[in-house]
Amino acid sequence: MDGIIAQFALSYPGFSLEVDIALPGRGITAFFGPSGSGKTTLLRLIAGLARAPQGRLVFKNQVWQDDRAWLPTHLRPLGFVFQDANLLAHLSVAGNLRYGAKRSRGRRVDLDAAIELLGIGHLLDRKPAQLSGGESQRVAIARALAAGPSLLLMDEPLASLDLARKQEILPYLERLHRELAIPVLYVSHAPDEVARLADHLVVMAEGRVRASGPLAEILARADLPVRLGEEAGVVVEGEVGERDANWRLMRLEFAGGSLWCRDTGAATGERLRVRVLARDVAISLSRPTDSSVQNLLPGLIEGVGDDEHPGLALARVRVGKTIFLARLTRRAVAALVLTPGQNIWAQIKTVALLDQA
Amino acid sequence: MFLSTGDLEAIWLTIKLAALVTAILYFLGIPLAWWLARGSSRWRGPINAVVALPLVLPPSVLGFYLLIAMGPQGPVGKLTETLRLGLLPFTFSGLVAASVIYSLPFMVQPVQNAFAAMGERPLEAAATLGASPLDAFFSVALPLARPGLLSAGIMTFAHTIGEFGVVLMIGGNLPGVSRVVSVQIYDLVEGMEYGQAHRLAAVMLLFSFLALLALQRRQQKSGKGV
Repeated sequence: MDGIIAQFALSYPGFSLEVDIALPGRGITAFFGPSGSGKTTLLRLIAGLARAPQGRLVFKNQVWQDDRAWLPTHLRPLGFVFQDANLLAHLSVAGNLRYGAKRSRGRRVDLDAAIELLGIGHLLDRKPAQLSGGESQRVAIARALAAGPSLLLMDEPLASLDLARKQEILPYLERLHRELAIPVLYVSHAPDEVARLADHLVVMAEGRVRASGPLAEILARADLPVRLGEEAGVVVEGEVGERDANWRLMRLEFAGGSLWCRDTGAATGERLRVRVLARDVAISLSRPTDSSVQNLLPGLIEGVGDDEHPGLALARVRVGKTIFLARLTRRAVAALVLTPGQNIWAQIKTVALLDQA
Repeated sequence: MFLSTGDLEAIWLTIKLAALVTAILYFLGIPLAWWLARGSSRWRGPINAVVALPLVLPPSVLGFYLLIAMGPQGPVGKLTETLRLGLLPFTFSGLVAASVIYSLPFMVQPVQNAFAAMGERPLEAAATLGASPLDAFFSVALPLARPGLLSAGIMTFAHTIGEFGVVLMIGGNLPGVSRVVSVQIYDLVEGMEYGQAHRLAAVMLLFSFLALLALQRRQQKSGKGV
């Protein structure tokens, strides 16, 4: 098993946490949930910054915590990115980067690669007090990477930044996602970050894990609509295929179908993510011939679940291997007599591109 | 001559005492301040109060108790005699020991405040970067507490120079052993040598002003976060 096993039980007045999950040893795993759901606590337990009286933590067959063993934080080969950067104020940017690199205990360190990846070469001589919020956070990420960690933990690294700063950092995180070989655990309550970055999703509420699995699979569960923000929806990853230069469109091929979307200039063959909200998916029993909707996909009803309002329902629609969610009124479900196994046409009105890289 | 040989001897003795006390208190006070700022023992409250005691206790009261403790019948006196160190009262060592206790809060409190103000977070960052607690203490906590450490040093030094009551109780008035500047001025005034007293007092006034000026500069600097 090359993944991470985390079992913790912890309680103090007003809060309890009980977690028993296995996480993949690669890719970005997002802990998603409202504030107070215990996601930051869980991350701190994994880092060893907090200690649960009962706990077991195994990272790629190394025991970091169990009934007998406790590996203190400084001996765990991890990098931690705090919400507010938490740079060491008495050191320059370069000093902060070297602080971890000097203490890497023989792990492979590549300062230059970290500096290049986060684009902070021009900031090296500055003191943390002279950096903007976005710059601080980029330095913090580079600092965590510079120590050559085997696991990267990120605690809402964008939460303290305004929208413009977020847009400044997200491309770097996407680069991280593509280029980094180590697993990343990423705490967030921001739906767009999760949709853009995560491979694996852990949904938390009130100190418990509500769901854990591959992003697309968890988002497509109609029994547990994971609302990434206001809206339920799914994320589909595909490869850029043919383009329609006349109309400035490109076709995104995914497992079992394809979607036309705006041509962003992405290279043919590049992998991109799009988000399809349940409210943008309509269902018809026969193939519509006079609709303005360009993305018509033949699919199969897998099930119909409850939505947030008693008048609404969420239908799970399978197109090839990919699941979409469609928000319908209960009346529409009754009028079309939608039943599991039924063949239908899904009309997808809007596709939101997530990767801008 | 502006100052007499006796004055110069007193000044030299005072500086020696203050420097020694400040150095000793850096060694004792920093670990104590660290423990007080970050420990979780239930003894923290009482120890905090004991450390602050010299701030409110009349120096003569403190000096009296120290004299008793260091005397032949006191616990400290018995200890020093057993160790063949002799008795501490009316010696320079006794003066140093008493001053260390008397100036303790001036070292501990600023350092303790500096440690408390930096909080847990820089140390957590250091831990995630592979620094052991001891490593983080030297490489993060001490550098971040630098302004507090400097003020504490200045305060301790200046306060030790200014003490009078404890010196008189423990050290008496022996030239070259315990006759520090404040005692020397007292002596001069007693002997009606006002001119001489004026000159020495002016030196003290100037020194105190410069010490406070230095402290002020430090605080302004650290206030700007540079």
